[in-house]
Amino acid sequence: MTTSNVVSAPTQPVLQMRGISKSFHGVYALRDVSLTVFPGEIHALMGENGAGKSTLMKILAGAYTADTGEVQINGEMVRIADPNDARKAGITLIYQELNVAPNLTVTENIFMGHERTKAATFLQRDQMRQEAAALLKSLGAGFGEDALVSTLSIAEQQQIEIARALKDKSRILVMDEPTAALSDRETEQLFRLIGQLRDDGIAIIYISHRMAEVYRLADRVSVLRDGEYVGTLEKSEISSERLVQMMVGRALGDFYEHKSHSSSRTSADSLVDSSGEAIAPSSPSAPVLEVKGLADGRKVQPASFELYAGEIVGLAGLVGAGRTELARLIFGADPATAGEVFLNGKKLHISSPKDAIANGIAYVPEDRKDQGLFLEMTSRQNITMNVLGKRSTAGVMNFGVLKQIAADAINNLGIRVASPATRAIDLSGGNQQKLLVARWLAINPKVLLLDEPTRGVDIGAKSEIYRIISDLAAQGVAILMISSELPEIVGMSDRVLVMREGHLVGEVGGTTGTKITQENIMAYATGAKEVSQS
Amino acid sequence: MSQTQLRGSEEARRSDRRTRKRQSLRTLFQLAGILPILLIICILFSVLTPNFLSTGNLINVVRQASINIVLAAGMTFVILTGGIDLSVGSILGVTAVVSVLVSLIPGLGALAVPAALLAGLGLGLVNGALIAYLDLPPFIVTLGSYTGLRGLAYLIANGTTVINREINFAWIGNYYLGPIPWLVIIALATIIASWFILRRTVLGTHIYAVGGNSRAARLTGIKVSWVLLFVYGVSGLLSGLGGVMSASRLYSATGMLGQGYELDAIAAVILGGTSFTGGIGTIWGTLLGALIIALLNNGLTLLNVSFFWQLVVKGLVIIIAVTIDRLRTRYQT
Repeated sequence: MTTSNVVSAPTQPVLQMRGISKSFHGVYALRDVSLTVFPGEIHALMGENGAGKSTLMKILAGAYTADTGEVQINGEMVRIADPNDARKAGITLIYQELNVAPNLTVTENIFMGHERTKAATFLQRDQMRQEAAALLKSLGAGFGEDALVSTLSIAEQQQIEIARALKDKSRILVMDEPTAALSDRETEQLFRLIGQLRDDGIAIIYISHRMAEVYRLADRVSVLRDGEYVGTLEKSEISSERLVQMMVGRALGDFYEHKSHSSSRTSADSLVDSSGEAIAPSSPSAPVLEVKGLADGRKVQPASFELYAGEIVGLAGLVGAGRTELARLIFGADPATAGEVFLNGKKLHISSPKDAIANGIAYVPEDRKDQGLFLEMTSRQNITMNVLGKRSTAGVMNFGVLKQIAADAINNLGIRVASPATRAIDLSGGNQQKLLVARWLAINPKVLLLDEPTRGVDIGAKSEIYRIISDLAAQGVAILMISSELPEIVGMSDRVLVMREGHLVGEVGGTTGTKITQENIMAYATGAKEVSQS
Repeated sequence: MSQTQLRGSEEARRSDRRTRKRQSLRTLFQLAGILPILLIICILFSVLTPNFLSTGNLINVVRQASINIVLAAGMTFVILTGGIDLSVGSILGVTAVVSVLVSLIPGLGALAVPAALLAGLGLGLVNGALIAYLDLPPFIVTLGSYTGLRGLAYLIANGTTVINREINFAWIGNYYLGPIPWLVIIALATIIASWFILRRTVLGTHIYAVGGNSRAARLTGIKVSWVLLFVYGVSGLLSGLGGVMSASRLYSATGMLGQGYELDAIAAVILGGTSFTGGIGTIWGTLLGALIIALLNNGLTLLNVSFFWQLVVKGLVIIIAVTIDRLRTRYQT
């Protein structure tokens, strides 16, 4: 379309996927999708959950076979029927869940399944170790070829997968949300490495939801929506507005239920801006939750803050800053080594989640499948798990009451289930998340700790969850919301607490006089703005 | 406009009904599970041996299954939490000897049954405490008690057979209520009580929750260690009941009583469709599983099949039944 297209025209595309369609049980996952990738480019692939990114990449990697369509590598037609075909075609996919065996060494992992052998039987250990060492050196890895993988960080394990791709002489490297579990510093390292691979002429297909990463890395961006190809933007054309519009098919508009939940504290917000000086709220009500010097001696340094009724407080910070750990301390899921928690001025003695729940503190964990749901149990059982004893007689459940609670929750939160007997595993991510929220609302919480409430949820369900959160705040629930998505924090929060490396380093919005912006939050989160703790 | 809307909602309702139908079918499958295999075995044996289908023989089969049903019921609780209890046969041995020994003490004979049940419960709780509070793997803990308690059974029996021809609870193993042996009634009562606990009480739902996702269970305020203590306690208590039933039936006990029973109990639970990783399963399946094992023993004996071949057939049936179950669930979802 534009001049940049002309620049890339002389090179032959390393990958061309054309007219790819794939359906599961008669439902299209992909419909006539095309994708062109050039050598030495970082090509971001974006789209909502369920847009078809993963399906497309799994077809490329041979995990699925397409119903129709063709794949060309360097202008030659290839047939990719299984992962081995993909490997031979020079394609490597690095999944979010890393594919390494923690009990083996780095060398053994790099050569797993394709060991160098003599007479097809005897391992050539020394040769493999030398090759592994050379690969690690070229990656600038900070660990040796004999290290046990279980002793390495996630970022380092990722480097093993990249080394494997280099060993296979891959020309196309697909990375699915590679920074999801990385710290800031590790992300930087990864970006440098990706840049280096690109300069070596490898084509990188980079799947990410994070706009900032795409901005920074991508040479071009292709967008899928509902299994269809929407378009490709050149670097100069990339803007978050356009990308969001392409992804959702509509302008973002009033996507977030905005912060109208008014505590007396936020009403001062607008006054602060004009005068430049904080004006103390006239009659601040007493806080619902007071946390004083709470610490676990490892990942959370003494943290103190308050939560007021009806406010949504964002808890921001980079991955690994200690946000989840702080929430778990309040909830009693991990033991605290210091500090106190007060609820409505009364000191709490919380030694387990059961104690927290008894006091009206609820925690919706970040990984709903791992820590929240009972996948094989029914929606009703999942919703009522915290209130099974309600009006029970000597431990015998009162099904009538439980059925009513579940029916009301399904109705009020708009959970889409065929029936309350539908198993949790059969629901979509958004509806699963709502099940969890419903479970916690059943105890009528005074304090709600939300950990990444919209992770892995599609945009439609997201806005519904935002509405639910806002409604709860309006009803007077004090809400602490952990999120790694800054737009979400900015859009939802009355004020924002920021953590960095275990310390609560700052507050944005509220009575502080600073505006809630991504820049202000990041300044604290990255340490650009140092604050003395005293 | 309103008509299309109407049609739309009608369609939604119809697809709703379809999913619901599919779900109830799945529940039926899960419940029925192994039932077709039980029926096939019944039909096969009734064709091959004329005596098989007589009421007398069928009651006989259930009586032979009764002890395994009781042990398997306890095992179901344990396996539903994702655990395993290898010690049930050894606990049965210990408690059977205890019941006979206590019944021989002049004046304390009435305490024979309570003593055996309490011993079973206590041993089960020790298993449970080690697993729940020291976080030891169930397989290792109960492998240890499997071996150690077998030794204990021999020790308290002094290496011999303890006999009481006048045993005061002989009714349990040998008398009838109308046409039905007490052993059968006790086994079925155990199943019904288990069903009630698993399906009707808060604790029962917590057992499924712990087996399905113990991390989530903890974050939901469920006392996971208490649930574990409970299931191993139940398994021990029911092993004690099994010990009483055995001792009563035989008017005696030896240190080797109950050897290998744990494997039959596990086989019954697995045949019944309970997931080995926990969270999925029903007590009715366990009942059917125990009945299949007993039917095989009975039918093959009536057919004069040698004991060696009986073992081979039993092993094959277990593997085949579980294979069918796996294939069925794979293609269903």
